[in-house]
Amino acid sequence: MMENIEALFNSELVVVNIGLERFAESMKLQHVPCVHVEWKPPAGGDTRLIEILEKLSN
Amino acid sequence: MNKIDKANMEALDRINSAEPELVDIKYAYEVLPGMDKSVIGHAGPPIEWENMCGPLKGAVLGAILYEGLAGDLAEAEKLVLNGKIRFVSNHSMGAVGPMTGMITYSMPLYEVRNKTYGNTAYTTFNEGLGKVLRFGSNGPEVLERLKWFEHVLAPALKKAIALSGPISLKVIISKALAMGDEMHQRNIAASLLFAREIMPYLVEAVDDKAELRKIIEFITGNEQLFLNLAMAAGKCTMDPVKNIEHCSIVTAMSRNGTNFGIQVSALGDTWFEAPVLMPKGLYFAGFSEKDANPDIGDSAICETFGIGGVAMGSSPAVVRFVGAKSVQEALDYSREMEEISVGKSTNYIIPNMEFQGTATGIDIRKVVETGIAPVINTGLAHKLPGVGQIGAGIVRAPIDCFVKALYAFAEYEQSLE
Repeated sequence: MMENIEALFNSELVVVNIGLERFAESMKLQHVPCVHVEWKPPAGGDTRLIEILEKLSN
Repeated sequence: MNKIDKANMEALDRINSAEPELVDIKYAYEVLPGMDKSVIGHAGPPIEWENMCGPLKGAVLGAILYEGLAGDLAEAEKLVLNGKIRFVSNHSMGAVGPMTGMITYSMPLYEVRNKTYGNTAYTTFNEGLGKVLRFGSNGPEVLERLKWFEHVLAPALKKAIALSGPISLKVIISKALAMGDEMHQRNIAASLLFAREIMPYLVEAVDDKAELRKIIEFITGNEQLFLNLAMAAGKCTMDPVKNIEHCSIVTAMSRNGTNFGIQVSALGDTWFEAPVLMPKGLYFAGFSEKDANPDIGDSAICETFGIGGVAMGSSPAVVRFVGAKSVQEALDYSREMEEISVGKSTNYIIPNMEFQGTATGIDIRKVVETGIAPVINTGLAHKLPGVGQIGAGIVRAPIDCFVKALYAFAEYEQSLE
């Protein structure tokens, strides 16, 4: 497991960042190729609304 | 596909199969339910005097003067404070009006019929720019123009439409989208297409040459002339979508300058409201955001049926006018609206987006899930009554309307189990 992680970070990284854009920006500042995916938790993370949405989608 | 998805597909089909046509001119007292001299129709969900914003109050006082119920503004306000005026939401009377949306007893209205479903919607004549009642102006020139509508323009248009027969608004809107309009803040092509339709019959209908010239100058000189017709097309397209069991599609979005309200198909005529937001946009010289009134008007019916801000991608020319930065931004708005809609229009096509239909059928579930609120192109009114339009911009519907509607919709679904 550790070997795999070390191998990963010793290779040239191509990053897909999901969610907070700041991580993608810091990758770019370090000249690491990075694609940012704009993602937010459903209903802003409101658990009551998520529960309702799940019920209404069934 | 669950029962809500099925109901929403039925709604999409009803929207796409609508055939809005201009069929006649009628006076408000002839056709609007409950209309009498003491009634004032206004934009947005219901509101009382004490909660009205400056432009709406200015327009109300002007409307009272127009109907001859008071001799001056002070007397008009006294009538309101003594409870002699009844305020009614336009939507509840089957009508819509831009900005303050004033509709009173003697006003002439376009009658727009949805040929497919047989329902009608009504709207006022667009007054043009500058000092106009819809932005809260109430001076003599405003009232004089409205009287000219009532006594000269309306009878002429009525005769012309009788000669021409029904005029398809769907065809005009479709063509105008391909000519760079989005039909909320840019109606240049649509207004000229309408003028082209009506002009030969106006020439036949009006004998007095001086009168005819004045009518033609008014019609060809008003770039937003078609806005009201686009709104009535939207209203009579969306009304047959109301009351579909299990349907979570938005059937109306409207603002009274204080609150933004939405209606949802399965939930009938109930308004779900939240405070209106301040549009971001461009101001005319000498004005800034501190002068502006927040969002107002029934005109968000445009976005409700798939034009206006939703169709911004079709209108590179409106981009700068509403304060967007680039044509790409306009395309992005149109694409983003697809994420909260159940389908696309089969009639309203955006040529520079590979001829895709505009996003159609806003689903409250998708709005709440994504946090993406409908985008609306809008005019900016000065916050003080009587000043008028001071710019144009882009605004979002407040997400809280959709959250409130979703809670009510969930309760409704539970009640049917």
